[in-house]
Amino acid sequence: MPGKVHVTTTINGESVEFLCEPRQTILEVLRDQLDLTGTKEGCSNGNCGACSILVNGGVIDACLMMAVEAEGEELTTIEGVASAEGLHPLQQKFLEHAALQCGICTPGFIVAAKALLDNEPTPSEERIRLYLAGNLCRCTGYDKIVRAVQDAASAMAE
Amino acid sequence: MNAFDYAAPRSVDEAISLLDAENGDVGILAGGTDLIAQLKEGGRKIDLLLDLKRIPEATALTFDEAGLHIGAATSCAQIYTFDVVQSLYPALVDCTSLIGSIQIQNRGSMGGNFCNASPAADTPPSVIVQGGACRIVGPNGAREVVAEDFFVGPGQSALQPGELLIAIRIPPPVANSGAFFLRFIPRNEMDIAVANAAASVVLDADKTTILSARIAIGAVAPTPLLVADAGAALAGKAVDDEDALEAACAASRAAANPISDMRGTIEQRVHLSGVLTGRAIRGAIQRAKES
Ligand SMILES: Cc1cc2nc3c(=O)[nH]c(=O)nc-3n(C[C@H](O)[C@H](O)[C@H](O)COP(=O)(O)OP(=O)(O)OC[C@H]3O[C@@H](n4cnc5c(N)ncnc54)[C@H](O)[C@@H]3O)c2cc1C
Ligand code: FES
Ligand code: FES
Repeated sequence: MPGKVHVTTTINGESVEFLCEPRQTILEVLRDQLDLTGTKEGCSNGNCGACSILVNGGVIDACLMMAVEAEGEELTTIEGVASAEGLHPLQQKFLEHAALQCGICTPGFIVAAKALLDNEPTPSEERIRLYLAGNLCRCTGYDKIVRAVQDAASAMAE
Repeated sequence: MNAFDYAAPRSVDEAISLLDAENGDVGILAGGTDLIAQLKEGGRKIDLLLDLKRIPEATALTFDEAGLHIGAATSCAQIYTFDVVQSLYPALVDCTSLIGSIQIQNRGSMGGNFCNASPAADTPPSVIVQGGACRIVGPNGAREVVAEDFFVGPGQSALQPGELLIAIRIPPPVANSGAFFLRFIPRNEMDIAVANAAASVVLDADKTTILSARIAIGAVAPTPLLVADAGAALAGKAVDDEDALEAACAASRAAANPISDMRGTIEQRVHLSGVLTGRAIRGAIQRAKES
Protein backbone atom coordinates (compact mmCIF):
# COMPACT_ATOMS: atom_id res chain seq x y z
CA MET A 1 0.00 0.00 0.00
CA PRO A 2 1.64 3.24 -1.08
CA GLY A 3 2.25 5.69 1.75
CA LYS A 4 0.89 9.15 2.27
CA VAL A 5 2.79 12.16 1.03
CA HIS A 6 3.46 15.32 3.01
CA VAL A 7 2.74 18.45 0.98
CA THR A 8 3.63 22.04 1.84
CA THR A 9 1.86 24.65 -0.20
CA THR A 10 0.40 28.16 -0.01
CA ILE A 11 -3.36 28.56 -0.14
CA ASN A 12 -4.92 32.04 -0.19
CA GLY A 13 -1.67 33.53 1.06
CA GLU A 14 -1.23 31.20 4.01
CA SER A 15 1.26 28.38 4.29
CA VAL A 16 -0.60 25.07 4.53
CA GLU A 17 0.63 21.53 5.14
CA PHE A 18 -1.35 18.38 4.55
CA LEU A 19 -0.95 14.63 4.17
CA CYS A 20 -2.52 13.04 1.14
CA GLU A 21 -2.57 9.89 -0.91
CA PRO A 22 -0.95 10.29 -4.34
CA ARG A 23 -4.28 9.31 -5.92
CA GLN A 24 -6.17 12.26 -4.40
CA THR A 25 -6.86 15.29 -6.54
CA ILE A 26 -6.29 18.74 -5.11
CA LEU A 27 -10.06 19.22 -5.41
CA GLU A 28 -10.68 16.32 -3.00
CA VAL A 29 -8.11 17.63 -0.51
CA LEU A 30 -9.43 21.20 -0.65
CA ARG A 31 -13.01 20.13 -0.08
CA ASP A 32 -12.75 17.04 2.13
CA GLN A 33 -9.62 17.71 4.19
CA LEU A 34 -9.11 21.45 4.29
CA ASP A 35 -12.81 22.40 4.51
CA LEU A 36 -12.49 24.76 1.57
CA THR A 37 -15.80 23.72 0.05
CA GLY A 38 -16.32 26.86 -2.02
CA THR A 39 -14.58 25.12 -4.92
CA LYS A 40 -17.24 22.91 -6.51
CA GLU A 41 -17.16 19.56 -8.24
CA GLY A 42 -19.26 19.23 -11.38
CA CYS A 43 -18.08 16.95 -14.16
CA SER A 44 -14.79 15.86 -12.59
CA ASN A 45 -13.16 15.63 -16.02
CA GLY A 46 -12.14 19.13 -17.06
CA ASN A 47 -15.23 20.17 -18.94
CA CYS A 48 -17.30 22.37 -16.62
CA GLY A 49 -14.89 24.63 -14.71
CA ALA A 50 -16.86 24.45 -11.43
CA CYS A 51 -13.60 23.43 -9.74
CA SER A 52 -11.57 26.38 -11.09
CA ILE A 53 -8.74 27.56 -8.83
CA LEU A 54 -5.63 29.62 -9.47
CA VAL A 55 -2.18 28.06 -9.40
CA ASN A 56 0.54 30.71 -9.48
CA GLY A 57 -2.06 33.10 -10.89
CA GLY A 58 -3.23 30.87 -13.75
CA VAL A 59 -6.69 29.32 -13.73
CA ILE A 60 -6.84 25.52 -13.79
CA ASP A 61 -9.37 22.76 -13.14
CA ALA A 62 -8.71 21.36 -9.65
CA CYS A 63 -10.31 18.05 -10.62
CA LEU A 64 -7.41 17.49 -13.05
CA MET A 65 -4.55 18.32 -10.69
CA MET A 66 -3.23 15.86 -8.15
CA ALA A 67 -2.84 17.11 -4.58
CA VAL A 68 0.85 16.12 -4.57
CA GLU A 69 1.43 18.53 -7.45
CA ALA A 70 0.61 21.46 -5.12
CA GLU A 71 4.00 21.14 -3.41
CA GLY A 72 5.64 24.59 -3.34
CA GLU A 73 2.92 26.24 -5.44
CA GLU A 74 0.67 29.20 -4.67
CA LEU A 75 -3.01 28.39 -4.81
CA THR A 76 -5.97 30.74 -4.69
CA THR A 77 -9.50 29.44 -4.16
CA ILE A 78 -12.80 31.31 -4.08
CA GLU A 79 -12.31 31.69 -0.32
CA GLY A 80 -9.29 33.89 -1.06
CA VAL A 81 -11.01 36.26 -3.48
CA ALA A 82 -12.76 38.59 -1.01
CA SER A 83 -10.56 40.77 1.21
CA ALA A 84 -10.92 41.92 4.81
CA GLU A 85 -12.47 45.13 3.46
CA GLY A 86 -15.27 43.30 1.67
CA LEU A 87 -16.31 41.52 -1.48
CA HIS A 88 -14.20 41.58 -4.62
CA PRO A 89 -15.78 43.76 -7.34
CA LEU A 90 -16.54 40.59 -9.31
CA GLN A 91 -18.49 39.16 -6.38
CA GLN A 92 -20.31 42.46 -5.89
CA LYS A 93 -21.23 42.70 -9.56
CA PHE A 94 -22.39 39.08 -9.76
CA LEU A 95 -24.83 39.94 -6.96
CA GLU A 96 -25.96 43.22 -8.53
CA HIS A 97 -26.51 41.66 -11.95
CA ALA A 98 -28.11 38.53 -10.50
CA ALA A 99 -25.54 36.59 -12.52
CA LEU A 100 -26.42 33.36 -10.76
CA GLN A 101 -29.39 31.17 -10.04
CA CYS A 102 -28.48 27.87 -8.37
CA GLY A 103 -24.93 29.17 -7.83
CA ILE A 104 -22.97 25.96 -8.28
CA CYS A 105 -20.98 27.42 -11.18
CA THR A 106 -20.42 30.80 -9.53
CA PRO A 107 -17.17 30.21 -7.60
CA GLY A 108 -15.58 28.80 -10.74
CA PHE A 109 -16.73 31.74 -12.87
CA ILE A 110 -15.49 34.29 -10.35
CA VAL A 111 -12.09 32.63 -9.99
CA ALA A 112 -11.69 32.34 -13.78
CA ALA A 113 -12.86 35.93 -14.33
CA LYS A 114 -10.40 37.11 -11.67
CA ALA A 115 -7.56 35.45 -13.58
CA LEU A 116 -8.71 37.28 -16.70
CA LEU A 117 -9.02 40.73 -15.09
CA ASP A 118 -5.75 40.35 -13.19
CA ASN A 119 -3.96 39.95 -16.52
CA GLU A 120 -6.21 41.91 -18.90
CA PRO A 121 -8.06 44.70 -17.08
CA THR A 122 -10.16 45.79 -20.10
CA PRO A 123 -11.20 42.69 -22.05
CA SER A 124 -13.72 42.90 -24.89
CA GLU A 125 -17.01 41.01 -24.61
CA GLU A 126 -15.71 38.50 -27.13
CA ARG A 127 -12.57 37.98 -25.08
CA ILE A 128 -14.60 37.47 -21.89
CA ARG A 129 -16.80 34.87 -23.60
CA LEU A 130 -13.79 33.03 -25.01
CA TYR A 131 -11.88 33.15 -21.72
CA LEU A 132 -14.84 31.77 -19.80
CA ALA A 133 -15.61 29.04 -22.35
CA GLY A 134 -14.25 26.45 -19.92
CA ASN A 135 -16.92 27.36 -17.35
CA LEU A 136 -20.41 25.99 -17.89
CA CYS A 137 -23.62 27.36 -16.41
CA ARG A 138 -26.83 25.43 -16.63
CA CYS A 139 -29.06 28.26 -15.37
CA THR A 140 -28.27 31.80 -16.45
CA GLY A 141 -27.72 31.71 -20.20
CA TYR A 142 -24.35 33.47 -19.64
CA ASP A 143 -25.40 37.02 -20.59
CA LYS A 144 -25.72 38.24 -17.03
CA ILE A 145 -22.38 36.66 -16.17
CA VAL A 146 -20.69 38.47 -19.04
CA ARG A 147 -22.34 41.78 -18.04
CA ALA A 148 -21.21 41.32 -14.44
CA VAL A 149 -17.62 40.73 -15.56
CA GLN A 150 -17.72 43.78 -17.85
CA ASP A 151 -19.15 45.90 -15.05
CA ALA A 152 -16.56 44.63 -12.57
CA ALA A 153 -13.82 45.53 -15.06
CA SER A 154 -15.21 49.09 -15.28
CA ALA A 155 -15.52 49.35 -11.50
CA MET A 156 -11.94 48.18 -11.04
CA ALA A 157 -10.68 50.71 -13.59
CA GLU A 158 -12.08 53.60 -11.55
CA MET B 1 -8.66 5.59 -8.82
CA ASN B 2 -6.42 2.70 -7.74
CA ALA B 3 -3.66 3.48 -5.24
CA PHE B 4 -0.22 4.36 -6.59
CA ASP B 5 3.05 5.97 -5.57
CA TYR B 6 4.28 9.37 -6.68
CA ALA B 7 7.72 10.58 -7.70
CA ALA B 8 8.86 13.95 -8.99
CA PRO B 9 12.45 13.41 -10.16
CA ARG B 10 14.76 16.40 -10.54
CA SER B 11 16.77 15.09 -13.48
CA VAL B 12 16.36 13.10 -16.68
CA ASP B 13 18.63 10.33 -15.37
CA GLU B 14 16.56 9.97 -12.23
CA ALA B 15 13.37 9.83 -14.28
CA ILE B 16 14.78 7.12 -16.56
CA SER B 17 15.87 5.00 -13.63
CA LEU B 18 12.34 5.26 -12.18
CA LEU B 19 10.86 4.12 -15.50
CA ASP B 20 12.47 0.74 -14.90
CA ALA B 21 10.10 -2.21 -15.29
CA GLU B 22 10.46 -3.22 -11.66
CA ASN B 23 8.37 -0.18 -10.73
CA GLY B 24 5.43 -1.74 -12.57
CA ASP B 25 3.19 0.36 -14.76
CA VAL B 26 4.50 3.91 -14.59
CA GLY B 27 2.18 6.76 -15.57
CA ILE B 28 4.19 9.69 -16.88
CA LEU B 29 2.58 12.95 -15.82
CA ALA B 30 2.91 16.25 -17.65
CA GLY B 31 -0.21 18.42 -17.31
CA GLY B 32 -2.46 15.48 -16.50
CA THR B 33 -5.40 16.69 -18.58
CA ASP B 34 -5.51 13.37 -20.44
CA LEU B 35 -3.88 11.07 -17.88
CA ILE B 36 -5.86 12.03 -14.76
CA ALA B 37 -9.13 11.69 -16.65
CA GLN B 38 -8.02 8.23 -17.83
CA LEU B 39 -7.06 7.20 -14.28
CA LYS B 40 -10.42 8.37 -12.96
CA GLU B 41 -12.43 6.53 -15.56
CA GLY B 42 -10.56 3.40 -14.49
CA GLY B 43 -9.36 2.69 -18.00
CA ARG B 44 -5.78 3.07 -16.89
CA LYS B 45 -4.23 1.59 -13.70
CA ILE B 46 -0.72 2.52 -12.63
CA ASP B 47 1.73 1.68 -9.85
CA LEU B 48 3.73 4.90 -9.95
CA LEU B 49 2.88 8.42 -11.06
CA LEU B 50 6.04 10.01 -12.47
CA ASP B 51 5.76 13.81 -12.57
CA LEU B 52 8.05 15.43 -15.16
CA LYS B 53 7.43 19.02 -14.11
CA ARG B 54 10.39 19.22 -11.68
CA ILE B 55 12.89 18.31 -14.42
CA PRO B 56 14.35 21.58 -15.77
CA GLU B 57 14.70 20.26 -19.35
CA ALA B 58 11.07 19.14 -19.40
CA THR B 59 9.77 22.62 -18.62
CA ALA B 60 12.32 24.69 -20.56
CA LEU B 61 11.12 26.91 -23.39
CA THR B 62 14.03 28.50 -25.25
CA PHE B 63 15.04 29.77 -28.67
CA ASP B 64 18.54 29.89 -30.22
CA GLU B 65 20.30 29.25 -33.59
CA ALA B 66 19.10 25.67 -33.50
CA GLY B 67 15.51 26.82 -33.22
CA LEU B 68 12.75 26.46 -30.66
CA HIS B 69 13.16 24.01 -27.80
CA ILE B 70 9.86 23.12 -26.17
CA GLY B 71 10.26 21.08 -23.00
CA ALA B 72 7.78 18.22 -23.15
CA ALA B 73 5.87 19.35 -20.06
CA THR B 74 5.69 23.06 -20.99
CA SER B 75 2.05 24.13 -20.91
CA CYS B 76 0.18 25.31 -24.00
CA ALA B 77 -0.33 28.72 -22.35
CA GLN B 78 3.42 29.12 -21.74
CA ILE B 79 4.00 28.32 -25.41
CA TYR B 80 1.50 30.77 -26.88
CA THR B 81 2.47 33.61 -24.54
CA PHE B 82 6.21 33.28 -25.39
CA ASP B 83 7.08 36.33 -27.52
CA VAL B 84 9.34 34.32 -29.85
CA VAL B 85 6.49 31.92 -30.58
CA GLN B 86 4.14 34.83 -31.25
CA SER B 87 6.53 36.47 -33.70
CA LEU B 88 8.22 33.49 -35.41
CA TYR B 89 5.90 30.50 -34.95
CA PRO B 90 2.30 31.76 -35.26
CA ALA B 91 1.12 28.28 -36.36
CA LEU B 92 2.00 27.11 -32.84
CA VAL B 93 -0.19 29.85 -31.39
CA ASP B 94 -2.99 28.69 -33.72
CA CYS B 95 -3.01 25.18 -32.26
CA THR B 96 -2.01 25.64 -28.62
CA SER B 97 -4.50 28.45 -28.03
CA LEU B 98 -7.51 26.40 -29.11
CA ILE B 99 -6.90 23.29 -27.02
CA GLY B 100 -9.76 22.86 -24.55
CA SER B 101 -10.28 25.88 -22.31
CA ILE B 102 -7.93 28.37 -20.62
CA GLN B 103 -7.95 25.96 -17.65
CA ILE B 104 -6.78 23.11 -19.90
CA GLN B 105 -4.22 25.32 -21.70
CA ASN B 106 -2.65 26.35 -18.39
CA ARG B 107 -1.91 22.72 -17.59
CA GLY B 108 -1.93 20.63 -20.76
CA SER B 109 1.37 20.35 -22.63
CA MET B 110 2.43 19.75 -26.21
CA GLY B 111 4.45 16.73 -25.04
CA GLY B 112 1.33 15.23 -23.45
CA ASN B 113 -0.65 15.99 -26.59
CA PHE B 114 1.98 14.09 -28.62
CA CYS B 115 2.35 11.13 -26.24
CA ASN B 116 -1.38 10.67 -25.81
CA ALA B 117 -1.26 10.18 -29.59
CA SER B 118 -4.92 10.86 -30.27
CA PRO B 119 -5.55 10.87 -34.03
CA ALA B 120 -7.38 14.19 -33.47
CA ALA B 121 -4.61 15.87 -31.45
CA ASP B 122 -4.32 19.51 -32.42
CA THR B 123 -0.61 20.26 -32.00
CA PRO B 124 1.09 17.62 -34.23
CA PRO B 125 0.16 19.04 -37.68
CA SER B 126 1.79 22.44 -36.99
CA VAL B 127 4.95 20.79 -35.67
CA ILE B 128 5.11 18.34 -38.58
CA VAL B 129 4.85 21.01 -41.30
CA GLN B 130 7.54 23.10 -39.61
CA GLY B 131 10.01 20.21 -39.66
CA GLY B 132 9.85 19.55 -35.92
CA ALA B 133 11.49 16.61 -34.18
CA CYS B 134 10.88 14.72 -30.95
CA ARG B 135 13.79 14.26 -28.59
CA ILE B 136 13.42 10.95 -26.78
CA VAL B 137 15.51 9.80 -23.84
CA GLY B 138 15.80 6.30 -22.42
CA PRO B 139 18.12 3.75 -20.88
CA ASN B 140 20.19 3.64 -24.08
CA GLY B 141 20.64 7.39 -24.34
CA ALA B 142 18.91 10.01 -26.46
CA ARG B 143 17.50 9.77 -29.98
CA GLU B 144 15.55 12.04 -32.26
CA VAL B 145 12.52 11.16 -34.37
CA VAL B 146 10.98 13.52 -36.92
CA ALA B 147 7.52 14.54 -35.74
CA GLU B 148 5.63 12.74 -38.52
CA ASP B 149 7.25 9.43 -37.49
CA PHE B 150 6.39 9.82 -33.80
CA PHE B 151 2.82 8.60 -34.32
CA VAL B 152 2.29 4.89 -34.82
CA GLY B 153 -1.44 4.40 -34.27
CA PRO B 154 -4.33 5.63 -32.14
CA GLY B 155 -2.85 6.07 -28.65
CA GLN B 156 0.48 4.66 -29.82
CA SER B 157 3.69 6.59 -30.22
CA ALA B 158 7.22 5.64 -31.21
CA LEU B 159 8.24 5.60 -27.52
CA GLN B 160 9.66 2.23 -26.43
CA PRO B 161 9.27 0.88 -22.89
CA GLY B 162 11.58 2.82 -20.57
CA GLU B 163 11.65 5.88 -22.82
CA LEU B 164 10.10 9.29 -22.43
CA LEU B 165 9.72 12.36 -24.61
CA ILE B 166 11.85 15.15 -23.19
CA ALA B 167 11.43 17.93 -25.77
CA ILE B 168 10.06 18.95 -29.12
CA ARG B 169 12.38 20.99 -31.31
CA ILE B 170 11.47 23.10 -34.29
CA PRO B 171 14.12 24.63 -36.58
CA PRO B 172 14.18 28.42 -37.02
CA PRO B 173 11.87 29.59 -39.82
CA VAL B 174 13.71 30.28 -43.09
CA ALA B 175 13.32 33.58 -44.98
CA ASN B 176 10.01 34.17 -46.80
CA SER B 177 8.23 31.29 -45.10
CA GLY B 178 4.92 31.02 -43.31
CA ALA B 179 2.83 28.37 -41.55
CA PHE B 180 -0.82 28.13 -40.54
CA PHE B 181 -3.08 25.69 -38.67
CA LEU B 182 -6.84 25.39 -38.38
CA ARG B 183 -9.44 22.82 -37.43
CA PHE B 184 -13.12 22.20 -37.94
CA ILE B 185 -15.38 21.76 -34.92
CA PRO B 186 -19.16 22.17 -34.78
CA ARG B 187 -18.90 24.63 -31.87
CA ASN B 188 -16.71 27.70 -31.39
CA GLU B 189 -14.52 26.21 -28.67
CA MET B 190 -14.18 23.31 -26.23
CA ASP B 191 -14.52 20.49 -28.74
CA ILE B 192 -12.37 17.83 -30.38
CA ALA B 193 -11.48 18.30 -34.04
CA VAL B 194 -13.60 16.63 -36.71
CA ALA B 195 -10.60 17.34 -38.92
CA ASN B 196 -7.60 19.64 -38.74
CA ALA B 197 -4.80 20.73 -41.07
CA ALA B 198 -1.57 22.70 -41.14
CA ALA B 199 0.53 24.03 -44.00
CA SER B 200 3.92 25.65 -44.32
CA VAL B 201 5.32 27.29 -47.43
CA VAL B 202 8.66 28.78 -48.45
CA LEU B 203 8.39 31.47 -51.13
CA ASP B 204 11.02 32.94 -53.44
CA ALA B 205 12.46 36.39 -52.74
CA ASP B 206 9.70 38.08 -54.81
CA LYS B 207 7.11 36.14 -52.86
CA THR B 208 5.38 35.10 -56.08
CA THR B 209 6.48 31.46 -56.37
CA ILE B 210 6.23 28.61 -53.88
CA LEU B 211 9.65 26.99 -53.54
CA SER B 212 8.48 24.22 -51.24
CA ALA B 213 5.50 23.34 -49.07
CA ARG B 214 4.52 20.85 -46.40
CA ILE B 215 0.96 19.86 -45.54
CA ALA B 216 -0.26 17.76 -42.60
CA ILE B 217 -3.78 16.67 -41.73
CA GLY B 218 -5.27 15.23 -38.54
CA ALA B 219 -8.35 13.40 -37.22
CA VAL B 220 -8.78 11.78 -40.63
CA ALA B 221 -6.54 8.71 -40.20
CA PRO B 222 -5.18 6.55 -37.35
CA THR B 223 -2.36 9.10 -36.93
CA PRO B 224 -1.66 12.69 -38.03
CA LEU B 225 -0.43 12.51 -41.63
CA LEU B 226 2.24 14.37 -43.57
CA VAL B 227 0.79 14.56 -47.10
CA ALA B 228 3.92 14.65 -49.24
CA ASP B 229 1.91 14.71 -52.49
CA ALA B 230 0.14 17.89 -51.41
CA GLY B 231 3.44 19.65 -50.81
CA ALA B 232 4.82 18.38 -54.12
CA ALA B 233 1.78 19.72 -55.98
CA LEU B 234 2.69 23.25 -54.87
CA ALA B 235 6.47 23.24 -55.33
CA GLY B 236 7.58 25.55 -58.15
CA LYS B 237 4.04 26.89 -58.67
CA ALA B 238 2.88 30.50 -58.49
CA VAL B 239 1.30 31.55 -55.19
CA ASP B 240 -1.97 32.26 -57.04
CA ASP B 241 -2.03 29.04 -59.11
CA GLU B 242 -5.53 27.76 -58.34
CA ASP B 243 -4.96 24.46 -60.19
CA ALA B 244 -1.95 23.71 -58.01
CA LEU B 245 -3.97 24.58 -54.91
CA GLU B 246 -6.76 22.24 -55.99
CA ALA B 247 -4.21 19.49 -56.70
CA ALA B 248 -2.88 19.87 -53.16
CA CYS B 249 -6.41 19.66 -51.74
CA ALA B 250 -7.08 16.56 -53.84
CA ALA B 251 -3.90 14.99 -52.49
CA SER B 252 -5.15 15.53 -48.93
CA ARG B 253 -8.54 14.03 -49.77
CA ALA B 254 -6.77 11.01 -51.26
CA ALA B 255 -4.51 10.61 -48.21
CA ALA B 256 -7.36 10.84 -45.70
CA ASN B 257 -8.42 7.46 -44.38
CA PRO B 258 -10.99 8.38 -41.73
CA ILE B 259 -13.63 6.56 -39.73
CA SER B 260 -17.20 7.61 -39.06
CA ASP B 261 -17.98 8.41 -35.44
CA MET B 262 -20.21 10.70 -33.41
CA ARG B 263 -18.21 13.74 -34.55
CA GLY B 264 -18.37 13.16 -38.28
CA THR B 265 -18.75 10.75 -41.15
CA ILE B 266 -16.11 9.41 -43.52
CA GLU B 267 -17.50 11.54 -46.36
CA GLN B 268 -17.48 14.70 -44.27
CA ARG B 269 -13.94 14.12 -43.07
CA VAL B 270 -12.59 13.44 -46.56
CA HIS B 271 -14.28 16.61 -47.78
CA LEU B 272 -12.96 18.61 -44.82
CA SER B 273 -9.41 17.39 -45.46
CA GLY B 274 -9.52 19.15 -48.80
CA VAL B 275 -11.24 22.31 -47.55
CA LEU B 276 -8.93 22.73 -44.55
CA THR B 277 -5.84 22.00 -46.66
CA GLY B 278 -6.81 24.82 -49.02
CA ARG B 279 -7.41 27.26 -46.18
CA ALA B 280 -4.20 26.28 -44.40
CA ILE B 281 -2.18 26.85 -47.59
CA ARG B 282 -3.77 30.26 -48.18
CA GLY B 283 -3.11 31.17 -44.56
CA ALA B 284 0.52 30.05 -44.80
CA ILE B 285 1.08 32.00 -48.03
CA GLN B 286 -0.43 35.11 -46.44
CA ARG B 287 1.90 34.82 -43.45
CA ALA B 288 4.91 34.23 -45.72
CA LYS B 289 4.04 37.42 -47.63
CA GLU B 290 3.83 39.36 -44.38
CA SER B 291 7.10 37.90 -43.03
C1 LIG C 1 -11.88 19.49 -21.46
C2 LIG C 1 -10.77 19.04 -22.34
C3 LIG C 1 -10.63 19.58 -23.61
C4 LIG C 1 -9.60 19.17 -24.45
N1 LIG C 1 -9.50 19.74 -25.69
C5 LIG C 1 -8.52 19.35 -26.53
C6 LIG C 1 -8.39 19.93 -27.83
O1 LIG C 1 -9.15 20.83 -28.21
N2 LIG C 1 -7.40 19.47 -28.65
C7 LIG C 1 -6.54 18.50 -28.26
O2 LIG C 1 -5.66 18.14 -29.04
N3 LIG C 1 -6.62 17.95 -27.02
C8 LIG C 1 -7.59 18.33 -26.17
N4 LIG C 1 -7.68 17.76 -24.91
C9 LIG C 1 -6.74 16.71 -24.53
C10 LIG C 1 -5.53 17.18 -23.70
O3 LIG C 1 -5.82 18.34 -22.96
C11 LIG C 1 -4.31 17.42 -24.56
O4 LIG C 1 -4.00 16.24 -25.25
C12 LIG C 1 -3.10 17.90 -23.75
O5 LIG C 1 -2.17 18.51 -24.62
C13 LIG C 1 -2.43 16.76 -22.99
O6 LIG C 1 -1.29 17.26 -22.32
P1 LIG C 1 -1.00 16.94 -20.78
O7 LIG C 1 0.27 17.61 -20.46
O8 LIG C 1 -2.18 17.28 -19.95
O9 LIG C 1 -0.83 15.36 -20.85
P2 LIG C 1 -0.88 14.25 -19.73
O10 LIG C 1 -2.30 13.97 -19.38
O11 LIG C 1 0.04 14.58 -18.62
O12 LIG C 1 -0.27 13.03 -20.55
C14 LIG C 1 -0.95 12.49 -21.68
C15 LIG C 1 -0.40 11.10 -21.98
O13 LIG C 1 0.93 11.15 -22.43
C16 LIG C 1 1.83 10.54 -21.49
N5 LIG C 1 2.94 11.46 -21.39
C17 LIG C 1 2.86 12.80 -21.08
N6 LIG C 1 4.06 13.38 -21.21
C18 LIG C 1 4.93 12.40 -21.59
C19 LIG C 1 6.32 12.40 -21.88
N7 LIG C 1 7.03 13.54 -21.85
N8 LIG C 1 6.91 11.23 -22.24
C20 LIG C 1 6.16 10.09 -22.31
N9 LIG C 1 4.85 10.03 -22.05
C21 LIG C 1 4.23 11.18 -21.68
C22 LIG C 1 1.04 10.36 -20.23
O14 LIG C 1 1.48 9.24 -19.48
C23 LIG C 1 -0.36 10.17 -20.77
O15 LIG C 1 -0.55 8.85 -21.22
C24 LIG C 1 -8.69 18.18 -24.02
C25 LIG C 1 -8.82 17.64 -22.74
C26 LIG C 1 -9.83 18.06 -21.90
C27 LIG C 1 -9.95 17.46 -20.53
S1 FES D 1 -15.36 19.46 -11.92
FE1 FES D 1 -13.46 20.08 -12.69
S2 FES D 1 -13.95 20.83 -14.64
FE2 FES D 1 -15.86 20.01 -13.96
S1 FES E 1 -26.24 29.37 -11.76
FE1 FES E 1 -26.81 27.29 -11.87
S2 FES E 1 -25.21 26.44 -13.08
FE2 FES E 1 -24.81 28.53 -13.16
